[in-house]
Amino acid sequence: MVKDIQLPEISENVESGSVMSILVSVGDVIRDGDSLLEIETDKAAVEVPSPAGGKITEILISEGDEVSIGQNIMKVETEAEAGGGGGAGAEDTGGGESGAEAAAAGGGAGGEEEKPAAAEKPTEQAPSEEPAAAAEKPKPAAQEQPAAAASQPAPEAAPPQRPEGVPVPAAPSTRRLAREIGVDIQQVAGTGPGGRISIEDVKTHAKQMLGGGAQPGAPAAAAGGGVPQPAPLPDFSKWGETSREPMSKVRQITADNTTRSWQTIPHVTQFDNADVTALEEFRRKYGKRVEKAGGKLTVTAMLLKISARALQHFPRFNASLDSQTKEIVYKHYVNVGVAVDTDRGLLVPVIKDVDKKSITDLALELADVAGRARSKKIKPEEMDGGNFTISNLGGVGGTAFTPVVLPPQVAILGVARSSYQPVYKNGEFEPRVILPLSLSYDHRIIDGADGARFLRWICDVMENPLYADLEGGQA
Amino acid sequence: MSKQTETLVIGAGPGGYTAAFLAADLGRKVIMVDPLDNPGGVCLHWGCIPTKALLHIVKVMSEAEEAKKWGVTFSKPKVDIDGVRAFKDSVVKQLVGGTSRLAKKRKVEHLKGTARFTDGNTVEVALNDGGTETVSFQNAIIATGATSARLPNVELESDRLLYAKTALELENIPKSMLVVGGGYIGVELGTVFSKFGSTVSVVEMMPGIMPGADRDLVKVFEKANKKTFKEVMTNTKVASITEGKDGLEVTFEAAAEGGASKTETYEKVLVSVGNVPNSTGLNLEAVGVNTDAKGFISVDEQRRTNVDNIYAIGDVAGAPLLAHKANLEGRVAAEAISGEKTAYEPATIPAVEYTDPEIAWCGLTENEATEKGIEYEVASFPWAASGRAIAMGTSEGLTKLLVDPKTERILGVGIAGKEAGELISEGVLAVEMAAQVKDLSLSVHPHPTLSETIMEAAEAFYGHSTHIYRPKKQS
Repeated sequence: MVKDIQLPEISENVESGSVMSILVSVGDVIRDGDSLLEIETDKAAVEVPSPAGGKITEILISEGDEVSIGQNIMKVETEAEAGGGGGAGAEDTGGGESGAEAAAAGGGAGGEEEKPAAAEKPTEQAPSEEPAAAAEKPKPAAQEQPAAAASQPAPEAAPPQRPEGVPVPAAPSTRRLAREIGVDIQQVAGTGPGGRISIEDVKTHAKQMLGGGAQPGAPAAAAGGGVPQPAPLPDFSKWGETSREPMSKVRQITADNTTRSWQTIPHVTQFDNADVTALEEFRRKYGKRVEKAGGKLTVTAMLLKISARALQHFPRFNASLDSQTKEIVYKHYVNVGVAVDTDRGLLVPVIKDVDKKSITDLALELADVAGRARSKKIKPEEMDGGNFTISNLGGVGGTAFTPVVLPPQVAILGVARSSYQPVYKNGEFEPRVILPLSLSYDHRIIDGADGARFLRWICDVMENPLYADLEGGQA
Repeated sequence: MSKQTETLVIGAGPGGYTAAFLAADLGRKVIMVDPLDNPGGVCLHWGCIPTKALLHIVKVMSEAEEAKKWGVTFSKPKVDIDGVRAFKDSVVKQLVGGTSRLAKKRKVEHLKGTARFTDGNTVEVALNDGGTETVSFQNAIIATGATSARLPNVELESDRLLYAKTALELENIPKSMLVVGGGYIGVELGTVFSKFGSTVSVVEMMPGIMPGADRDLVKVFEKANKKTFKEVMTNTKVASITEGKDGLEVTFEAAAEGGASKTETYEKVLVSVGNVPNSTGLNLEAVGVNTDAKGFISVDEQRRTNVDNIYAIGDVAGAPLLAHKANLEGRVAAEAISGEKTAYEPATIPAVEYTDPEIAWCGLTENEATEKGIEYEVASFPWAASGRAIAMGTSEGLTKLLVDPKTERILGVGIAGKEAGELISEGVLAVEMAAQVKDLSLSVHPHPTLSETIMEAAEAFYGHSTHIYRPKKQS
């Protein structure tokens, strides 16, 4: 029998994506779980696994197409007896009750499998198929979805319930605006009397769509009024030739997110230097142990561990601001994102529960996610849920920089290039390895003295690791 | 000879010329093809406009007669059918002259003839004054309208067998007339001929005339028109019509219980049993444009056919077959061709029966609500309580609102009484804006007007309309 394959749910709040490349051709025989295409969403590029096996008879999309969740993308001829099982898989994307049950099972099993698979192939240079297989193990992304949704409730994810056969309660001008800016009016919750949808409701919905939806609320709402539009561009051709290229999705998202961050967060940046001479010594020695495990002990990996301790010691840096309720939301987990420079732009995979992992595990996991971010195998949910971010430009250069806070986080650590500096010690100059650090933070909930203390604490720990244990502990 | 254009509009009725004019206003080169000398189509030439001219005369006659009750007696009117025809023709002439001038000012070229597709970018136009012209286009809008349907079981060709168009030529005032089909065209024209002196009977297959309208509204018409028609045969269909010596012999048979079964002779028979789309002569097969089983062209939200550069609007694109629906579709198609993000998505297309009294409704009807199982409450206001209605001698009227009991949103409005067609626009605005009952009751309506009945109906929803007293419900 010939079955339609629909684009499965890729991640929470992702409704569509553009097709970057199609990885199969008509006539290919594929197995359940094989990658069909690579799709770029608001959050990341993902490979889409097939929910069924069989022979591809037709491909209904082409590269560059914008494809929505649930849209038919291919036709597959399945074997007769495979029909039952495969069919259930395809229907699951529609989200039936049976789908939800399957999801719980599928999600759990997938999660367990993922870690060992990654651990077996720890090096960054692993053959590209291997990490791909690991990434796809928790197979149909759609099935994982409900489980994830249950664990972290999204406040405004569900479309509003309205009676059937009655037109959507929005004025014609509001409906037209929604169409013009690409908002499905049916998905917009109305705040007016009787659920009437106002132009403001449509705009708020659009902002949440741009913000990735999972973290609506404070910044989006605060961005509300009177954001000035950029001035129109001059005619550059007056001065010479120009050419144009469209911004990639990642670029657009970065542009939107940094703009929103810059407009909503009063940034302060603090600088400090850490003497890492001793730490470098330690890294060389201890690094061998990590190498044995198949990883590489990088400064970033060590900073992950140190930041986790700092975040526990200064919980306000591990918090978010709910400006609507005027509350500070403290997080009792320590997830830290690491900015990764990829050829598609900046991606920030998040390492979960950094405080509970050994430095060796962190080094391995960091290499794995960074590698997959670069090879487009990273899943959008692996970039969600960060509390704090480390951006290390030391490999490139620079003496200091002012990183931009990634909302709803409240702080970000910038790492520049370490160098030998003469340090006056005990009556003479000594060559020491100095690492320049920057800390940008949200002044709405963090004051300058706190920022200075936090950054100094990190430097102290780098200079004398024992400091963490003497000074540290859970706050 | 051949011509080139960006946008080709086939048919210059109210949909076609609207599309052509807007496309021109949006900067496109437009050619319009229509066999008539001037734009306007059925609506201006032998539909909406001439009918309304005649109905206005009839209304003046009725009111003059009614004035007897108000202490003013006019002598019995004398109808000079030539004079009436001349007035009607002058109204048409003035309007089509206007549309013609508007086309010229916009530099919309009007080719007089009929078009036939030769391929997806070319039509061949058979010109009225002989010869053909080939027109190549980027986009085409088909707006060829519809033609009165014939009775399926009647082959007869006779001068006595009229359709809306020939009836409006007003050759004479027949002594007796049968109107086949009790929809709005039949009832409106039947009323005209009746007031001019014909004895008019109506036959309708359904259980009541004006199918689609709520019965309480139709009752207002029926009560005021007990003498207009000699008889109204419902649940009855025409079995055969044959040419007799003194007229057409019509045999009726019951279509359901209670229907008539007899043979009668009428001088003229007016057939108004719906319309068939003018889609057959276009050679649509040559370009592969899809139509439905009845020949209506299938279109999407932008009124685009299955062929990307060809659009269809108005009657030829399906129900409701109304000029004001075609008008919006024409604008949407022109916007879509010009690259605007647009869609045909009105919450309601209002319907008006220009009878005396008029019947008008928009949004949800009680018939439709019952059929679809939509929950609603009715708030009504009888015109017997309206000062203005009594002063105008139209106290039999009725205004009602259909309200969503959960949200108090206005879902539909129905009005029967003089000027109902003018009053309904407030209802359209309320439905489109998703107005609350409160919005209508708190909007001040000028006194004394018929429009107050809308405000009072809204007050009645809350049980305290000023001019009607309803004892409080026991709770």
